[in-house]
Amino acid sequence: MRRRERDRWAGGGRPPWVLLVPALTGLAFLVLPLAGLLVRAPWSTLGTRLGEPQVLEALRLSMVSATLATGVCLLLGVPLAWMLARVPFPGARLVRALVTVPLVLPPVVGGVALLLVLGRRGLAGAWLDSAFGITLPFSTAGVVLAETFVAMPFLVISVEGALRAADSRYEEAAATLGATRWTTFRRVTLPLVAPGIAAGAILCWARALGEFGATITFAGNFPGRTQTMPLAVYLALETDPQAAIVLSLVLLAVSVVVLAALRDRWVSTS
Amino acid sequence: MLKRIPVGVAAVSLLAAAAAGCGDTGDDSGGGGGKSGGTLTVFAAASLTETFTALGKAFEGSHPGVKVKFNFGGSSTLAQQITQGAPADVFAAASPATMKTVTDGGDADGTPQVFARNRLVIAVPKDDPGKVGKPSDLSRSGLKVVLCAVQVPCGAAAEKALAAAKVAVKPVSREQDVKAVLTKVRLGEADAGLVYRTDARAAGGQVKGIEFAESAQAVNDYPIARVAKAPQAALAGEFVRLVLSPQGRATLTGAGFEAP
Repeated sequence: MRRRERDRWAGGGRPPWVLLVPALTGLAFLVLPLAGLLVRAPWSTLGTRLGEPQVLEALRLSMVSATLATGVCLLLGVPLAWMLARVPFPGARLVRALVTVPLVLPPVVGGVALLLVLGRRGLAGAWLDSAFGITLPFSTAGVVLAETFVAMPFLVISVEGALRAADSRYEEAAATLGATRWTTFRRVTLPLVAPGIAAGAILCWARALGEFGATITFAGNFPGRTQTMPLAVYLALETDPQAAIVLSLVLLAVSVVVLAALRDRWVSTS
Repeated sequence: MLKRIPVGVAAVSLLAAAAAGCGDTGDDSGGGGGKSGGTLTVFAAASLTETFTALGKAFEGSHPGVKVKFNFGGSSTLAQQITQGAPADVFAAASPATMKTVTDGGDADGTPQVFARNRLVIAVPKDDPGKVGKPSDLSRSGLKVVLCAVQVPCGAAAEKALAAAKVAVKPVSREQDVKAVLTKVRLGEADAGLVYRTDARAAGGQVKGIEFAESAQAVNDYPIARVAKAPQAALAGEFVRLVLSPQGRATLTGAGFEAP
């Protein structure tokens, strides 16, 4: 890791100012709001606020639902990315655009759309309710679904990009040696794009962790069941901005630690 | 921001001149936001969306060249934006508590005046699948009830009204504002919710509002005040007077508000 960074430096000499100035401005723009939170944080009461059971409950729910959502995204998103990258079919361009819709859709609209399809009176939800007695809104499963909807495009785009960049001759070689498409996918393609999948999964997890609009619209807000950290932050802001800052810091600290750890482990090897 | 306002005023005045062919608007477009023009910025609680939009139109009608811009949202969010220096002229809140945030910070000009009251009703989808008729029905097991979060005014009012009715409700969700409660009821996701009478009425035939006597225990006062550092102080005062006038009152009561 350290060695590689030095090697990069040796290649280019001094980094040009034209790139360095906007780079540092960009960095400051991203980091300063964070510093603002740190400066305004009520450090003296931090301990007692963190001990409140509601905070831990919301944090636990956030971690669990974001992780489950990432799991669902991996199960469905990797095959979808593979299909988009490797299987030519009519209308692929349109499908690719549709996959990115949740990226541009305001999450609240996504939540309403989910209600219209999977709600108790939704197109599929009404059937789920009458046939199995399953209602998704106001449940933790609803939180996972909302997060999956919003986060999956991040995974699909990363993995599709990795698949397109990967050398397809390895897959062709496997095929000529008699491997089926499934075996090729499992033994050749997956290991080849593993770093891309890991990067996508991390992005996906981070997006799911911060999800607010679709979650509160589709799953509602109930402590312990559907109240994730972003929802708790939003409601704390209504009456107690200091508490909202504490909650935001917790969410930030946890996500920075997790993301930094995972990044070093998987992404930098690409 | 400040630089953009005169351009906006000029554009509006030009449009008005082009559309109506009025003689006196020429002064405004040249003056760029002088005495007779300007943009009035009103921060108002989300539940005032329909009535204040109508009053804003009336205000623009009686003040040629003036444009009224609204920022509708949760009262507490708006109060925080004002205390953080958002360029507001008028603040109309859905509760005295949220107004107090602004007056405590010294950001209100004079004493806020109550201009309307609102009470809660039980909102049910128009086909009423839960067969709800009175507050005690809300405690029935299996009934999906949504309420506002206690942190927002409608949630605090709901707690009070339900306590007065001696009903223990286990809601499936505590929504971030009253419009979110209404959406859940409107889409049939919830069997019942507590919303303001004005919200139930604004939803037209899509929800049914059931009045109940105990809501009198949790009537919400709506205070209005001019913001201390109002960029358009004179216009702000006139707008507050319009809201408090018989015309303003008629608009508000027509939408289901009660007079203070």
